[in-house]
Amino acid sequence: MYSEKVMDHFQNPRNVGEIENASGVGTVGNAKCGDIMRIYLDIDENQIIRDCKFKTFGCGAAVATSSMATELVKGKNIQEALQITNKAVMEALDGLPPVKVHCSLLAEEAIHAALWDYAEKNGIKIEGLSKPKSDIHEGEEEEEEEY
Amino acid sequence: MKTRIYLDNAATTKTSKEVVDAMLPYFTEDYGNPSSIYEIGQRSKEAITKAREQIAQVIGAKTEEIYFTAGGSESDNWALKAAFEAYSGKGNHIITTKIEHHAILHTCEYLEKQGARITYLDVDENGLIDLEELQKAICPETILISVMFANNEIGTIEPVKEIGMIAKEHGVLFHTDAVQAFGQVPIDVEEMNIDMLSSSAHKINGPKGIGFLYIRKGVKIRSFVHGGAQERKRRAGTENVPGIVGYGVAAKRAAESMEERTKKERELRDYLIERVLKEVPYVKLNGDPVKRLPNNMNFSFRFVEGESLLIMLDMKGIAGSSGSACTSGSLDPSHVLLAIGLPHEIAHGSLRLTLGEDITKEDLDYTLEQIKEIVGRLRELSPLYEDFVRKQEKQKQ
Repeated sequence: MYSEKVMDHFQNPRNVGEIENASGVGTVGNAKCGDIMRIYLDIDENQIIRDCKFKTFGCGAAVATSSMATELVKGKNIQEALQITNKAVMEALDGLPPVKVHCSLLAEEAIHAALWDYAEKNGIKIEGLSKPKSDIHEGEEEEEEEY
Repeated sequence: MKTRIYLDNAATTKTSKEVVDAMLPYFTEDYGNPSSIYEIGQRSKEAITKAREQIAQVIGAKTEEIYFTAGGSESDNWALKAAFEAYSGKGNHIITTKIEHHAILHTCEYLEKQGARITYLDVDENGLIDLEELQKAICPETILISVMFANNEIGTIEPVKEIGMIAKEHGVLFHTDAVQAFGQVPIDVEEMNIDMLSSSAHKINGPKGIGFLYIRKGVKIRSFVHGGAQERKRRAGTENVPGIVGYGVAAKRAAESMEERTKKERELRDYLIERVLKEVPYVKLNGDPVKRLPNNMNFSFRFVEGESLLIMLDMKGIAGSSGSACTSGSLDPSHVLLAIGLPHEIAHGSLRLTLGEDITKEDLDYTLEQIKEIVGRLRELSPLYEDFVRKQEKQKQ
């Protein structure tokens, strides 16, 4: 079902974790649909992405695309990072099954959401970046169930 | 990795050697058409008769009430569509449940387009229907009640005998999808007032592609396949002789070993359930703890997504299944898990493990160790878990 590269990134995901005081954090997806992706960016004063970490709740493809996306944005400046499309992430993974293409869209959206957060925190405008539409916060206040 | 521990016996089972051995001669030696008069044809015919007897015996039916089909889905389709057609003079109302197999649910959707009115009964948090709700749903136009014997995902066994009684009192036909229950729990169509029953061979160590529909004598059900005179003209087509022979042997085997096998399975099942609930945090058992198929376990692990869990288990040689959307090709998780009231995100993290006759306690110990490690790893990856931990820390302060 999955390419070797997808399986590699799923089994050994790169850049898992959190960044304390991150320059930008983006969370996209929806637990209802079974996919949530969170990307942390550490961006230096020259707008270069020094570090990138992620956490993902989702299927094999969702984990692998998150892992690959973090690899792709590391070391890039924010304009270059903005150009990383879901297609690029998919190509870097040697493709995804058709039903999993939406997972790669999530990776692109997560990067954009993190960059948006960075721009907002610093009061700057990034050319070509619009407010992320995905929102996971619905239902957040639901009562925790006891197990 | 090669599958070492197969825990997906609700999906299908290994065809037992005894079954395969019984089938083989009907491919290359006694390959005659059962409708032919010469010797090898008649031998095939006798083999079918024997299998029909073996199966009828398991559910307390008469041999002429067993109609072979290509499997459980066909049997379900036949029962519903034919009853709707045959009883259109009486009414158009069918009662079923929200947790049926798609072979029932999608057939109901189809029949709705043909003018049927369908009531889908709710189930409680364990997956059981409410008999009072069932009573209330019956109206003069009700022609059929179709409630599964046991659920394929969460293993809950429905109160079939009580349903049969209600159906009989109201003069309504009762069909049950017993694909998961046949060979696992005792079934008696007389005692339980079952008018139609679907079953499939490959769930009980028989071959794939063969099933049956039990139709009580006197039930006006029309032919499903038109053509020859096979299956009392109700389901035409040259019989799948090796399949039928294999089914007969598998049914006999399942019935004979039922008591001992299911006792062992129940013990193993409860052993793993107990350990999982005790040793893995934030986990829930889905389905009724007692009214449950002997081989079924279904857990929801919070903050974890089912497909990831399945792939990682597969890499450790363990085969299971999940109600996660990602494993079904749709965006919604299992309709059964939603029907018992699980929130979407928890339904996505479900794992079904179903025992087979070869599974040992050691296999389950290994499986538990892998589950613990994998669930832990996936939670480390999960932003939902991160949020949960943060929230808890905040509350502590």
